Amino acid sequence: MAVTERVENYPGFPEGITGFELADKMKRQAAQFGADLREITGVVSLEQRTGGWLVVTDEETVTARAVILSPGVEARKLGVPGEAEFMGRGVSYCATCDGPLYRDKEVVVIGGGNAAVEEGMFLARFASTVHVVHRRDALRATAIAQERAFAQPNMHFVWNSVVRRIVGETKVEAVDYEDVLDGSQHTLPVSGVFFYVGQLPQTDFLRGVAELNDDGYIVTDNHLRTSRPGLFACGDARAGLIKQIANAVGEGALAAIEAERYLDALDFEARQTSAGVAAPARPADTNL
Amino acid sequence: MDAVTQDTFKAEVLDAPGKVLVDFWAEWCGPCRAVEPVLGEIAERNPGVRFVKLNVDENPQVAQSLEVMNIPTLLAFEGGQLKKRIVGALSKPKLVEELADWLA
Repeated sequence: MAVTERVENYPGFPEGITGFELADKMKRQAAQFGADLREITGVVSLEQRTGGWLVVTDEETVTARAVILSPGVEARKLGVPGEAEFMGRGVSYCATCDGPLYRDKEVVVIGGGNAAVEEGMFLARFASTVHVVHRRDALRATAIAQERAFAQPNMHFVWNSVVRRIVGETKVEAVDYEDVLDGSQHTLPVSGVFFYVGQLPQTDFLRGVAELNDDGYIVTDNHLRTSRPGLFACGDARAGLIKQIANAVGEGALAAIEAERYLDALDFEARQTSAGVAAPARPADTNL
Repeated sequence: MDAVTQDTFKAEVLDAPGKVLVDFWAEWCGPCRAVEPVLGEIAERNPGVRFVKLNVDENPQVAQSLEVMNIPTLLAFEGGQLKKRIVGALSKPKLVEELADWLA
């Protein structure tokens, strides 16, 4: 969300809002109610312990009786030669971070979904030309995004083509691509390459901990409970149908309520146990 | 962190005798804002090193001449020589690890 240029489908912001601003507002609101935030910190591992979970981050170890997982997704790498080599030297996965550094330069966007088209439109504000290389002959982006993109004079579409290599000396100078229909090879001189070829759930640390589906997304039931007790999941990395902020926020609220119910149930059990075997028979308890 | 500009970059970074870390950032860059407090903490623990920031929007020539094409980018100088380039927002332990040789 924080790297989305403009969020136009989140309720309450009729004029739209930048992803960064929305994230910042959410953070401040959560902090106001006592949330203790850790930023740019990765979770290394998660282990079940008696009475809860041990969460090891790259800075500290935290214990919790219940955990809500919301690791999100990251840009998928295409894996072409030059992609890793030129990271930071013209290869980017974040148009809103790096777009303005390509003022009056030619750039290429790889992909054909909403992210590719919308971020391409953002780049078109700065770059002299934005080439969009897509492996099919039609975009997967929404009709409205496509209409805007086709009307943008400095957006140029390269259909049925796949980027094979990124070339340059010390920084990106061009991309080599292949027309998949006739196999012809072409070179496009550009200073920047922006990849929007899908997303990967950031769930490696959950392998062997909670059930994931074949694509690595976290499996839950309707109460957002994972396969393990006390472990809930929400957001883009959960196996769900919609990847939108409004949906992720709704799931977050549900997961929080479900986690609270889970903790209440644990407390109730603990009270009964400590009160001894006779406790459940007391009339007062039957009213609970 | 103090701000440097294209007018002061030579004097404050390239002609500085010691170690200077330059944080290339911009208002519109979310990850840049996330990295700033982390840098602040590292700066506090390394009083002998100068930490400055440069707004790429207001000073495009400096960014261009140093081939800064993604932000945040951190450039670590010593005696005016570029010693290290770190691209992207890293977590604190990773950033400390990346900078360890240069800070030592």
